[in-house]
Amino acid sequence: MTAETGLAALWLAAALSLLQLALGFAPGMSKSGSAPIRAVAVLQGGLTLFAFAMLVLVFATTDLSVALVAENSHSAKPLLYKIAGTWGNHEGSMLLWVTVLGISGAALAIFSRRLEERTFVAALGAQGALALGFFIFLLFASNPFARLDPPALEGRGLNPILQDPGLAFHPPTLYLGYVGLSVAFSLAVGALVTGRVDRELARAMRPWVLGAWVFLTLGITAGSYWAYYDLGWGGWWFWDPVENASLMPWLAATALLHSLNVLASRESLRAWTIMLAMIAFSMSMVGTFLVRSGVLTSVHAFAVDPKRGVFLLILLAFYVGAALLLFALRSGRLSEGPEFELVSREAALVGNNLLLSVILGVVFIGTLYPLFVEALTGAKLSVGAPYFDAVVGPIALALMALITIGPLLNWRRDSGERLKRLIIPALLGLGAFIILLMAVPQDGLLAKLGFGFAVALFPASLLPLLARKLGRTPLTTYAMVLAHFGVATAVAGMSISSLTTSETLIAAKPGEIVSVGPWSIRFDSIRPIAGPNWTALEATLYATRGGAIETLKPQARFYTDPPTETTQSAILTTLTGQLYTVVGQQVGDRWQLRLWWKPMVTLIWLGGALIAIGGALALLGRAWRGWRKAGVR
Amino acid sequence: MTGWLRFTPIVLLVLIVAAMLWRLANPPDTTVHSQMIGKRIPQFVLAAAVPGVQGLSSTQLADGKPKLVHFFASWCVPCIGEAPVLDELKKQGLTVEGIAIRDRPDELAQFLARNGDPFDRIGSDPESKTQLAFGSSGVPETFVVDGRGVIRLQHIGAIEAEEIPAIKAAAEQAR
Repeated sequence: MTAETGLAALWLAAALSLLQLALGFAPGMSKSGSAPIRAVAVLQGGLTLFAFAMLVLVFATTDLSVALVAENSHSAKPLLYKIAGTWGNHEGSMLLWVTVLGISGAALAIFSRRLEERTFVAALGAQGALALGFFIFLLFASNPFARLDPPALEGRGLNPILQDPGLAFHPPTLYLGYVGLSVAFSLAVGALVTGRVDRELARAMRPWVLGAWVFLTLGITAGSYWAYYDLGWGGWWFWDPVENASLMPWLAATALLHSLNVLASRESLRAWTIMLAMIAFSMSMVGTFLVRSGVLTSVHAFAVDPKRGVFLLILLAFYVGAALLLFALRSGRLSEGPEFELVSREAALVGNNLLLSVILGVVFIGTLYPLFVEALTGAKLSVGAPYFDAVVGPIALALMALITIGPLLNWRRDSGERLKRLIIPALLGLGAFIILLMAVPQDGLLAKLGFGFAVALFPASLLPLLARKLGRTPLTTYAMVLAHFGVATAVAGMSISSLTTSETLIAAKPGEIVSVGPWSIRFDSIRPIAGPNWTALEATLYATRGGAIETLKPQARFYTDPPTETTQSAILTTLTGQLYTVVGQQVGDRWQLRLWWKPMVTLIWLGGALIAIGGALALLGRAWRGWRKAGVR
Repeated sequence: MTGWLRFTPIVLLVLIVAAMLWRLANPPDTTVHSQMIGKRIPQFVLAAAVPGVQGLSSTQLADGKPKLVHFFASWCVPCIGEAPVLDELKKQGLTVEGIAIRDRPDELAQFLARNGDPFDRIGSDPESKTQLAFGSSGVPETFVVDGRGVIRLQHIGAIEAEEIPAIKAAAEQAR
């Protein structure tokens, strides 16, 4: 019954989204104000959430009469992975997507009170239109509740790579980010319909973009760390198409976040901001399409099906096409707003937007280039890290320079007086760069420059707090400082770890001593152990660099359902870096050991976390200001 | 923005969607095909993989008759399932030469005793050198080599029973 209840809720929600669409756009339907459409949006979101809860229940209880459970779960799996397995497959993942879409619409209906009513109603209508398309996709092409008759005796199990706590957090976090951007998209559509692109719109849109951006940042950071320790390849970013698919909405959202500040403060960059809001969510849909269709070869190809790909592509083309058409027809009416000088906060933010957009374009072209070339000439090629590093790197450095300067400038016009404060940070950065040039003679100029910029940005990011009463400084300023400090942290980690990582690949006998970087590691023993649904060969390594002796236990695991081999790396985190160990295959009486010493690598994810915390702080700061204003009234 | 410029995003979208539709209609081929098809087999001399059988060398493959060169191993599970198909090909008059990849004589002898031995000769390729020279990247794989020693066909993976006529036809053509 659980599955049928869920399916019924899904159908009801689909019908409500149609009603929501009608209430939003049909002339005369909104005479009674925004109350009806608000109610419909909340009910739709609630029903979708209910349907999703039913699917989680079906998975938690391993109901093998549901086809999806039989294909993707197993009764012998730990409960955490049974529940997380709900979205470890195509149908469940799409239902989670639609659930976040529904909840976002409901939250927009509940919390956005200050926006002009006509724009708001049209935005909720657009949100309904988005939901309707994806409901149709779920109900007709990807029904998660389909029954299996007769029921299976046992499930086929979940891909062991996914049997990791990372699965419980990474997809939902990313989806909150991806789909949270739908609200910015819908608000942009609403604003184009009414032609009111102003301060009010920017303020209404900002919390949604901030929230989505925080989740995207967390999702990407967590996903990067997950791939780093789970795949056992020792890298934290591979420029894989699906990684790029999550990076592109983040880049667009980061640009949007900054241009929204210009719109909210100065009412400039109107058409541009609307365009970015549309691009950001379009990139989310492109990302979903790339992951779900298998169009590009990727490590994320867990559940792909070309037929469903066509359906998703039609949805994507329809929504993005309709939005772009609306933009083409309506944006001519938007005035560009007040002007500003070349040295001003606005100009710096425009620079930020341009550079982020160029990076977005570079990543987009690099990701899709092999596809275009093969379609036109039949030649097969792949675009990898050498292209992305070489092209994105220098642009990212220019962006670093802008982050250093921008926050010190005034709105509209600036004498550049405060830029003198940057002398000391700039000298520090230059010093760090020169030291690296001498200390690490081999190549890696980009990484050395990156570290120089990061060293300059550490103190420079704190400058906006200089000569201010810290108690009276708005929370949003602290938020910006923290996020920019996080950028410096992450870039420092990327630069240092790429310049100084040492790696040893060796076939060793138990008892041998191997060295990597400053560590000497004794390969003590290897023995079989067993877990709930796997067996493994576990190596015991004793590592020391003069001080205490640390124990690491990397494993080569064999899962039974489905039969798969995986490697579980063992990582030792210290203040100065990480020791990363992987045990591989047996070669005669020796075992392959792969060891890395990665100085400062943890700063990458620490930086990502700081950036996300900065975003969360900004959200809190805006909310706090809103409450205080409401209290004053 | 000027009028036409505002429509450029739509044009870009159409191009991108067209490219993706093309990809969905033409799914990518992810198998690794040998670059050696149509070329002469590489030079090699392999010792016997099990005591009592003959080893295999490249000169023996160019004796005027088409042959199947089969890469396999006793540790390869799909090879067990494929064994009856190879027996059938042998029964239909084809010559099957074996190359055992990274194998041990005792285990290979056991494999042949259990699953049948359709091979005229079996060479041992302990480090996959000959296999790589053929452009093969896994087991089981089967090559059709014509009488002059030119590779005519590569079959990746186990040969299924319904593929027997196609393999046989390729060998007939290679005369």
